[in-house]
Amino acid sequence: MKLTELYQEIILDHGKNPRNLRKTENFNKDAKGYNPLCGDKVHIYLKLNENKKVEDVSFEGEGCAISMASASIMTDLVKGKEENEVKEIVEDFLKMIKETDQINTKLLKDDEKTKLMCLSGVKQYPMRVKCATLSWHTLTSAIDKSQNEINSEKMEI
Amino acid sequence: MNIDNIKKEFPIFDNKIQNNDLVYLDSANSSQKPKVVVDRIYDFYTKEFSNVGRSVHYLAVAATNMYENTRVSVQKFINAKDKDEIVFTKGATEAINLVASTYGQKYLKPGDEVLLTELEHHSNYVPWHYLRKSKGVKLEFADINDEGEITLESIEKKITTKTKMIALTHLSNVTGAILPIKVITELAHSKNIPVLVDGCQSAPHLKLDMQDLDCDFYAISCHKMYGPTGLGILYAKKKWLEELPPYQGGGGMIREVKKEGITYGDLPNKYEAGTMQTAQVIAFNESIKFLNTVGMKNVMEHEKKLINYGQEVLRKNNSVKLIGNPKNRGAVLSFTIEGMHPHDIATILDEDGVAIRAGHHCCQILHDKLGLTASARASLGVYNTKDDFDKLNSSINKCKKIFELK
Repeated sequence: MKLTELYQEIILDHGKNPRNLRKTENFNKDAKGYNPLCGDKVHIYLKLNENKKVEDVSFEGEGCAISMASASIMTDLVKGKEENEVKEIVEDFLKMIKETDQINTKLLKDDEKTKLMCLSGVKQYPMRVKCATLSWHTLTSAIDKSQNEINSEKMEI
Repeated sequence: MNIDNIKKEFPIFDNKIQNNDLVYLDSANSSQKPKVVVDRIYDFYTKEFSNVGRSVHYLAVAATNMYENTRVSVQKFINAKDKDEIVFTKGATEAINLVASTYGQKYLKPGDEVLLTELEHHSNYVPWHYLRKSKGVKLEFADINDEGEITLESIEKKITTKTKMIALTHLSNVTGAILPIKVITELAHSKNIPVLVDGCQSAPHLKLDMQDLDCDFYAISCHKMYGPTGLGILYAKKKWLEELPPYQGGGGMIREVKKEGITYGDLPNKYEAGTMQTAQVIAFNESIKFLNTVGMKNVMEHEKKLINYGQEVLRKNNSVKLIGNPKNRGAVLSFTIEGMHPHDIATILDEDGVAIRAGHHCCQILHDKLGLTASARASLGVYNTKDDFDKLNSSINKCKKIFELK
């Protein structure tokens, strides 16, 4: 894969102007993620309503275009989804990064899938995979509150 | 050997890397290897292999002699007084761990201070941090100035009556600053404080003279000086190696072993427990010969010219901001580009065959001080040319185009 394909318009756009880069007021779940290799940091804030639906999601942090774009697109796509649906999307995304190049979940529209599939190219750059997955692992952690801080060195991918 | 034509001694440059000529600007991380070093490893394993210092058969005796010859070459290369002051380790990291652990065990008490600097690589911080935990030792950090340098004054300011060790780099792997080790050592010794120098970045690039620097300990990384991986050197004044306790226990480092007690071997065997990196040590002699043939004076002149050219080129590039502006700069140029993360820079440069490092370069304390999470770094070796900096610059311009920067 050529690099030009990795740094596509969508990634550059989201990387330079990340959506939801702020702190949700009255959030009720959050988690921090950290990549010790490069020092990238992300803090995810979630506001779930009484039906466990994502009313708002946002993030703070700094990192490369890949990690910022990934967090930006992710927060855009999981807004309005229910907790178990969010988990399904996260799982599908991680599977795409790891093995398949496809997003298969029926929970997303075609144009939304296309956005995520822009990131599938990082597979070719093993050192950069963690940039794309850090915010997703951190989102899972916020939902489960399993760990306070996700350390990408301890992540599976 | 003409330094302008030296690339041909390094087989890595014969081949294309992903269809590109390799522009290798990551020598501060690890240097490429000349053919003589690679060949020596192959020949040793195929024609001459044996363990050293144990058996008395022909191969073992020959291998032992070759192994010890490297020790003498290193002694001469750094102008140490005695060959027994040269200890082989698995890397500079182990060399520093050896000193921190044995010196800490014998001499440090709760409340004692170890003085480091903000420039230190994690390998010259973490081993001392262990002593915070185990011994209640306090760590102090000398501040960098605006140019990214450590001066004699910044060291002097942090010395107290409790300071029991000063451990500092000779050449920063981020700002490129060369530290005034000789005057720092003079000051330290006037107050009876020993000095450990992390020489990882200096040994491949500067003419070293241990007797002139007069430091107590000096750690060297062989894979950064055109040698094999898995090998480092600890230089230590003989009195320290005699006084300090052994580091690791095992075969080869003992004199007599009885059920009721053990006596340790003579120097330098006391610090070389177990089977050592025989092939690496023997091949490292070729790295030293290579550097001697080129001549360290020529290396220094060549790299000075290049680093000046590199600074000139990158300064002209509006988006590039160089990190540090030391008066005395070694073979390192770190930089940032406003609006682009260093990892994105490195990935895009890689597509043109330009290999740099991006990240915190194992210097998080320094990056915190500079208000950065990461930086990009171009670092030099003997094989680099002005052309490499021109290629770096044009690839940086490509980054700017992709990221729509001015």
